[in-house]
Amino acid sequence: MNARAIAFLLFILPSLANAQGFAGLGTVADNFATPEIGRVLSFPADHAAHPEYRIEWWYLTSNLTGADGTDYGLQWTLFRAGLKPDVSEHWQGSQLWMGHAAITTPEGHFFTERLALGGTGQAGVEADPFAAWIDEWQMTATPDLSEMALNAAGLDFAYDLSLLATGPLVLHGQSGYSTKSAAGQASYYYSQPFYEVTGTLVLPSGEVGVSGSAWLDHEWSSQPLAGTQEGWDWFSLSFDDGSRLMGFQLRHTDGARFSSASWIAPDGATKSYPDGSFVAEPLSLSTVDGIELPTKWHVSLRDQAIDVTVAAVNDKAWMATSVPYWEGPVKITGSRKGSGYLEMTGYKKE
Amino acid sequence: MTVAGLQALLSHWLRNPWQAFTMIAGLAMATALWAGVQAINAEARASYDRAAQAIGQTRFDQIVRTDGGVLGMDDFVALRRAGWLVSPLLEGEVALGRDTFQVIGVDPLTLPRDGAGPALPGAGDLVEFLSPDGFALVHPDDAGALANLGPKIEAQPDVGQGTIVVNLGQAHELLGRAGVMHLVAAEKQPLGRPPLAAVNPAFELREHQEQGDVERLTQSFHMNLTAFGLLSFAVGIFIVYGAIGLAFEQRRAVFRTLRTLGVPLSKLFGLLALELTIFAFLAGTLGVALGYVFAAALLPDVAATLRGLYGADIAGDLSLRSSWWLSGLGMALGGTMVAAVGVFARLNRLPVLAANQPRAWTFDARRSNRLMALFAGGLAVVGIVLAISATGLPAGFATLACLLIAGALSLPLFLDLMLRRAEGLARNAVPQWFWADARQQLPGLSMALMALLLAMAANIGVSTMVSSFRLTFVGWLDQRLASEIYVTARDPEEAAALTRFLAGKVDAALPIVFVERQIGDLPARVYGVIDHATYRDNWHLLESAPDAWDKLAAGQGVLVNEQLYRREGLAIGDSLADGSGDRVVGVYGDYGNPIGQVVMGYSSFRQKYPGAIALRYGIRTGSTDPNALADEIRQTFDLPDDAVVDQVFIKGRSKEIFERTFSVTSALNMLTLSVAGFAILISLLTLATMRLPQLAPLWALGLTRRQLASMELARAAILAALTGVAAMPLGLGLAWVLLAIVNVQAFGWRLPMHVFPFEYLKLAGLTLVAALLAALWPAVRLARTPADALLKVFSNER
Repeated sequence: MNARAIAFLLFILPSLANAQGFAGLGTVADNFATPEIGRVLSFPADHAAHPEYRIEWWYLTSNLTGADGTDYGLQWTLFRAGLKPDVSEHWQGSQLWMGHAAITTPEGHFFTERLALGGTGQAGVEADPFAAWIDEWQMTATPDLSEMALNAAGLDFAYDLSLLATGPLVLHGQSGYSTKSAAGQASYYYSQPFYEVTGTLVLPSGEVGVSGSAWLDHEWSSQPLAGTQEGWDWFSLSFDDGSRLMGFQLRHTDGARFSSASWIAPDGATKSYPDGSFVAEPLSLSTVDGIELPTKWHVSLRDQAIDVTVAAVNDKAWMATSVPYWEGPVKITGSRKGSGYLEMTGYKKE
Repeated sequence: MTVAGLQALLSHWLRNPWQAFTMIAGLAMATALWAGVQAINAEARASYDRAAQAIGQTRFDQIVRTDGGVLGMDDFVALRRAGWLVSPLLEGEVALGRDTFQVIGVDPLTLPRDGAGPALPGAGDLVEFLSPDGFALVHPDDAGALANLGPKIEAQPDVGQGTIVVNLGQAHELLGRAGVMHLVAAEKQPLGRPPLAAVNPAFELREHQEQGDVERLTQSFHMNLTAFGLLSFAVGIFIVYGAIGLAFEQRRAVFRTLRTLGVPLSKLFGLLALELTIFAFLAGTLGVALGYVFAAALLPDVAATLRGLYGADIAGDLSLRSSWWLSGLGMALGGTMVAAVGVFARLNRLPVLAANQPRAWTFDARRSNRLMALFAGGLAVVGIVLAISATGLPAGFATLACLLIAGALSLPLFLDLMLRRAEGLARNAVPQWFWADARQQLPGLSMALMALLLAMAANIGVSTMVSSFRLTFVGWLDQRLASEIYVTARDPEEAAALTRFLAGKVDAALPIVFVERQIGDLPARVYGVIDHATYRDNWHLLESAPDAWDKLAAGQGVLVNEQLYRREGLAIGDSLADGSGDRVVGVYGDYGNPIGQVVMGYSSFRQKYPGAIALRYGIRTGSTDPNALADEIRQTFDLPDDAVVDQVFIKGRSKEIFERTFSVTSALNMLTLSVAGFAILISLLTLATMRLPQLAPLWALGLTRRQLASMELARAAILAALTGVAAMPLGLGLAWVLLAIVNVQAFGWRLPMHVFPFEYLKLAGLTLVAALLAALWPAVRLARTPADALLKVFSNER
């Protein structure tokens, strides 16, 4: 068995990021379908994968608390990147799957990554009943996603959660059509932000019983970034009064930003805000993995009288995966209190 | 005092520049041979380390099926879904053009990441690599030959030669049924993973071996090289020993003066040690540099050898490594110190006021001859005990070392006895003087003669081994490549059409088909053969049960190759350790093949492995003309030239590989012999300066300088011849140890030993020439010694 030839292949993984932009978010759509305004999302079918679109993700973040009051953050993500717009059989799979799982504590950040080629059954998403999986990691749920079970494991951590939705699905933008740039790049995007969670975390220090809330995003597109956009800052904030805010800003290379937000009332009623309403300004920077990025923000949405400070529970929540980014739990203070999740991509070493 | 003392000591070398040259040249040559061999070894090992960081036998655990089933993608997915981090590798061989390539299909997404290696040149290659028409990674030297492979070719120096790395889908297309799937498991597995048996009771985790096949096999090659490197170094050290000894003798007056001036003995030791260190550094540095040149010249051959023998690829270029650089310098320093120990002992022992008397050496030497012979006897006993009792490669080489050192150490006593006998037979004054003088010269020459002995013995031993190897291997090729034509079909349908086409036309079409299996802990190939006279007539069974061929045909037993037989400690009638319950009914010689083989009857094979379909056939043409038939097959089936191969070609190619195998060893052989010749030259030159007082009286008695010079030459020839006589049994013993002990330990089979008297005669002739050449210059110098120099001996009479 000639072995040496294999070794270097391990090192081409980072080129995934270079080739495709973030997580395969290239700007060229090739023959993939592009989101169109007016399409009515249909469930449970749209919970499943959309291989005719280039990229897609199922993204769950959770703010949890242990019995002793310790804050924990938890992430479960399944990315899909299409190499060509169809689903081939067997090894000639045209889909790449990437799973990320993480637990963030005030002092530690545990994360791991799984990769899979589509078409083998190693990873996939089905709608009825809902199941998203890569290897042994599973997100299974009733077709309406109201009852969910979630698990993942890395070399030094694992978790197992039960989730129950206490509100409806939330469609962002115009009935799920979410605009990403002034030039019209867009995605289909909906969330289930109303999960109540109980479960167990396994950490190097031992098992911890936890409870809290969780937020699921499902988004798919073929070209959500404009060529001049280098990354984004994305916030999912749950306030103590039961209202929620999803807001993001896409950073342009010239310093300009494109922002978008959804205000979610406690009953699930949603109001979308166009570019400029949601404002996020860095308050202080942290250096992690040699990269300087803001881990404390001033966030405002004047229309809802939101004027808050959002600070990372752990500044070091760096996902040093094949596509590196920052993803971690945050605490909210100011006009309202609460907790949430922050994701930052596209920050580079100076 | 230190500076003045050192100046006094060093001034000797300025006055005797050729002696300084001798010393430095000897040490540098010794170091060069050693460092060169080390460089080759270090380079090869570094290559293996890079290899071992990837997959396969050494690095990763593997999942195997205990039920003998073949692993597939569903097994891979089942394991992944259960939480086992495994990755599929689809491997097999394809014949393209005149070469066979190893195809490896990989899934880079799941390949365990705890390896290390170089990166691909450009970005975006992963996606392109994974796509159905993704590129194939090949070694740059193979890129030309593979231009028409199908997938785009991407040259990548880190891919082994003869290897094609593609994605799984392409591997499947290239290999068809010939592909075998392996599942490698990551070293670290996630939390909460169920036991393997819970995933599938037939799965078993086979832990990686500390030493893989390739590593163990190549280790033997490296040990061989190292042994020769050491031997060459030893030969060189003899030169250094001679030079240091001479310098000591000549500087006794200086030592005496220094001591009288108040330099303490310990200070003198210190100064001498410092002086030698300077020399060792100079010579060592020079030697390492020379060694680099030597290694660079040999490396392509080494690479070819390793690839030919074991499929282990090493890069054909050389980089400076601190390991062998340091080891070269260390050897130079250590060797000098070892060579100087005797001098220090003498300095300590002999009275400071004693004059330098060659005769005193002789008396001293006689006692040490006996001591050395005694020590040699002890070593010989140790060697014999090791040969009988110990196992393992190091023990084999230890036996070798004992034998060689024992032989070298007993040489002076042997020569002394022979010369004494000759002296006893001499009747006239001049012959009596000749023999007595030869004996008197012996101590000064013994180091060089020992070097010659070792070089000759090594030559005899290695040429015996190489020739035995060739003879056996060629015989084996004739057995195994008995068919006149070999045809490879492209697919099962074509194979079926081919057999229909051949039916009635030829004597037989023998399918060549095998599956890869694990037997014990190592990979093996299981072949299915039909019952045909070709096998019964040509395959020589080393051991067998009665009616072994009948039992094979009836499916009542299997044949195994000698490697598997020895490796698994099997006996006739034993069951194979693969759970199949197949009983061994015979063992056949399978030289040059590192992996185990099992041969079973074709019907049993078809029953057990219905999926394995023969695409390759050996055709016994019978009365049909092989060339015409080959052409007819090519035309009828539109097969490419290389799909129809005649045995002459295969044999030629196989033999070529083995020819290359020992090209390195023979290069080392010649170098060693040259160093030994140099040692003789130096010793004779050394002695020549001391010999004038002994030769002057003979000249005065009427012998011409020419006669004296001829006698010097004759003596060199006689001593070389006597050494050759001693080298013969030593060399044959060496060969026996190599064939019967080292080879079994390294390769798992024993080579029958053949003796080649003509080769030895040729070698003896070469040695005589070397000795005469070495003696020529001192003899010519003697013949041209001015008369007044000889007269001066009497005026300077001490």
